[in-house]
Amino acid sequence: MFHPHTDSDREAMLKTIGAGSIEELFEAIPEDLRFPELDLPPIHTEMEARELLQDISEGNETQRDLPMFLGAGAYNHYIPAAVDFILRRGEFYTAYTPYQPEISQGTLQAIFEYQSHVINLTGMEVSNASHYDGATAAAEAINMGRVILRGKRSKAVVSPGVHPQYRETIHTYVDNDSFDIQGEDLDLTAGPEALYPLIDENTAVVMVQYPDFFGRVYDYTELAEKVHQAGAILAIVANPLASALLKSPGEFGADIVCGEGQPLGIPLSYGGPYLGILATREKYVRHIAGRIVGETQDEEGKRGYVLTLSTREQHIRREKASSNICTNQGLMALAATVHISLLGKEGLREVANLNYQHAHYAAKQISEIPGFEAWSDQTFFNEFVVKCPMPAGKLNDLLLEEGIVGGYDLGKDYPGMQDHLMVAVTEMNSKSQIDFLVEKLAEVSRD
Amino acid sequence: MINLEPLIYDKTSPGRRGVRFPESAVPHTDLPADLVRQDLPLPELSELDVVRHFTKLSQLNHGVDIGFYPLGSCTMKYNPKINEETARLAGFAGIHPLQPVETAQGALHLMYLMQEFLKEIGGFAGVTLQPAAGAHGELTGVLIIKKYHDFNGDTQRNKILVPDSAHGTNPATSAMSGFKVVQIKSDERGNVDLEALKAECDDTLAGFMLTNPNTLGLFEENVCEVSEIVHQAGGLMYGDGANMNALLGISKPGDLGVDILHYNLHKTFSTPHGGGGPGSGPVGVVEKLVDFLPGPLVAVQDQGGEDVPPYYNFVTPEHTIGRMKAFHGQFGVIVRAFTYIMMHGAQGLREVSEYAVLNANYLMALVKDAYRLPYDRVCMHEFVVEGRWPEIEGVHALDISKRLMDFGFHPPTNYFPLIVREALMIEPTETETKETLDEFAKALLQIAEEAKSNPDVLHQAPHVTPIGRLDEVKAARNLVLCCGVPWLDND
Repeated sequence: MFHPHTDSDREAMLKTIGAGSIEELFEAIPEDLRFPELDLPPIHTEMEARELLQDISEGNETQRDLPMFLGAGAYNHYIPAAVDFILRRGEFYTAYTPYQPEISQGTLQAIFEYQSHVINLTGMEVSNASHYDGATAAAEAINMGRVILRGKRSKAVVSPGVHPQYRETIHTYVDNDSFDIQGEDLDLTAGPEALYPLIDENTAVVMVQYPDFFGRVYDYTELAEKVHQAGAILAIVANPLASALLKSPGEFGADIVCGEGQPLGIPLSYGGPYLGILATREKYVRHIAGRIVGETQDEEGKRGYVLTLSTREQHIRREKASSNICTNQGLMALAATVHISLLGKEGLREVANLNYQHAHYAAKQISEIPGFEAWSDQTFFNEFVVKCPMPAGKLNDLLLEEGIVGGYDLGKDYPGMQDHLMVAVTEMNSKSQIDFLVEKLAEVSRD
Repeated sequence: MINLEPLIYDKTSPGRRGVRFPESAVPHTDLPADLVRQDLPLPELSELDVVRHFTKLSQLNHGVDIGFYPLGSCTMKYNPKINEETARLAGFAGIHPLQPVETAQGALHLMYLMQEFLKEIGGFAGVTLQPAAGAHGELTGVLIIKKYHDFNGDTQRNKILVPDSAHGTNPATSAMSGFKVVQIKSDERGNVDLEALKAECDDTLAGFMLTNPNTLGLFEENVCEVSEIVHQAGGLMYGDGANMNALLGISKPGDLGVDILHYNLHKTFSTPHGGGGPGSGPVGVVEKLVDFLPGPLVAVQDQGGEDVPPYYNFVTPEHTIGRMKAFHGQFGVIVRAFTYIMMHGAQGLREVSEYAVLNANYLMALVKDAYRLPYDRVCMHEFVVEGRWPEIEGVHALDISKRLMDFGFHPPTNYFPLIVREALMIEPTETETKETLDEFAKALLQIAEEAKSNPDVLHQAPHVTPIGRLDEVKAARNLVLCCGVPWLDND
């Protein structure tokens, strides 16, 4: 335990306060509700706690124990050692929101650099200091589109190719009032054209994903034109790593880019903490949620950084604020900033290309197994869907018996897709792992 | 004095490399020519360049590991290093959120126990670990209020009451969820004014958002009456758990009539603040609200038996408000908080709150003759003083805050709560020694003296930081929000 008080400290302090005991300080609490017995495990020393947590952690099978081909919004990528070295600096991780810029320039400048990296990757013009995760950033993007159009438009068009959990989160955020979401039940095999008929003068936001949940990569240039003709906002949920290799959402004409920053140096960690990316155009800077860092100078003209545009935020605007967010994902944004800086222009392209190459090799090999075929011939990045000769859930069970965590069973979210397995392949899946998967797929589907 | 550091975009050199990846070992596939990106304007540096850059940046920060950080309402306690070790264990950091639950039983076991611990600590029947931060937990709670009333056909309940001392997130969250927000004033002891509360309790009341101890650091003496009045009017009591560091083993919010409460694992349970996140904001609820929690929750599917551990699975409550984010919450943060609870047990947690309250009252006693206390009562884990003296013009809470930096301290929260003029909100936490508190009090007393004798030294503060007071008006007027972006020409 971490309070440092000696008995004599306690007595001296109580004397200064004028209290006879610590218990006396709690007399404002109703007596019958004071000092309840808590039924909790006994005290563990650090040594015992370390052992206990080690034991619990060994109840999990990790990426090292079993080859995994799971993606669906969380990807296993290599994280250079220097990233965690920087994250573990107490000056970064034991600080809080940089309210006092004179003693927070480290955090502030790192966020400013994060914003710059995100803008460069996404092709946008403004980025916030981060959001909770991809799903909440997507919900915030829908909300932002409504606010930009002053609440006068009452629907969003959301592609069924947006991550199912992101769509669920969007519903949780906006379903409580008269706002309609259309498009989620469209034919999954259709491209972005299928959305066009739904886009009208009542549409505030159109949201698509890039690559979409099924891994498909579309050129959204024409969609952007249609959306803008209708006076609506185009929000693209993007994988930032794909944007190192493929055209950025900004090049298509996106107004808002949101997405999951986990592929940029953040461990899988069972789903969190991750990093929500939220970026937009300069003209919408006053509508973006969350903290933003801007450049300025001190009285002597030295360049420095501060939190800015805070009049958008809850602590100033209270019930008039467009979002209630205050804490963001500071340390995760730092991880991404260091990761991007370390890999740099060439490294990021290199790793994105490795993903592309490995995934395409895997897709080709799998589609040559009798009974398996590619579900779509659309371009993809590091994830793709295969139609299997049996339910994907059953296939995954059989693979697990062989020591492989297979892909994502699309039947879980999309009725009628029970026989479809979504496979993610990153630079961490070596050729021999891929060959092993292909061999076992062939074996278990033959039996 | 430490020098400032150039931007990473100013240190780039074309062709320089940091990390390299292996050559592709698979047959080559051509890239889609029409979709390939032409320009990727990111910096190019060596690994050492990058490490030095961020190490230097870190040195421009103040953190709990460097010195006292009495930022009120934020509970800047020591972040035990063991937490960082446990969260990084391969069996936690290297698992995929969607891998089969039979391969993640360790994670589910830990999450299940964490739900149980938080239920016990707060006096609740159900807990969701999903919310990503305090404000996100608040949103969860307010959406539960909405869903509960809608489910009962009480759709006219569209009003949320918040005390005037509330955190800004309370009104923002309520408004975000479509509620009308009405503020309730505080009485002369800093408690909720019961008459003002009664006047607003009608059949449109959806709920009341109470922070207890409140943002003045005072235990809400009328809490049971407030709960009763709200409940009688058909409303629900929401508890903002930002200040739970005063109540561990001291009192259970559920016993005090709170129906919904969010915890801030990054405040109360020692997980690092990370320069502004990640936080974690689990939400506890009473029995009648369990079915409305966001899913998935972890439940025991099979009790197991002798030598057979229980088998856990995810379940979604029947009338759930829906998912609040992707996957299962800020798992890495939950591992840290779990470690902390394991190291404390019931006795240790009670001591956390006891010593947090002792430290706050001690510090308050040392400075209250020099700084006006708006409410002279025993405080809980924090207290608020006025950062001004009526007889001295032109000295503000901001000046005191900046001057504190010269002594190596992080300033308290200033200008909050809004109901205290020039507020300085001071939360020492239990992990600070008496010596540190003495030093801090000494600095505050010296500053009070300087305010009279030499106010310029306050106005010109800070004197020893790498940079002076920054021009925030300029930052907001001439927006420069990034660097090195070719299409913005902002260099």
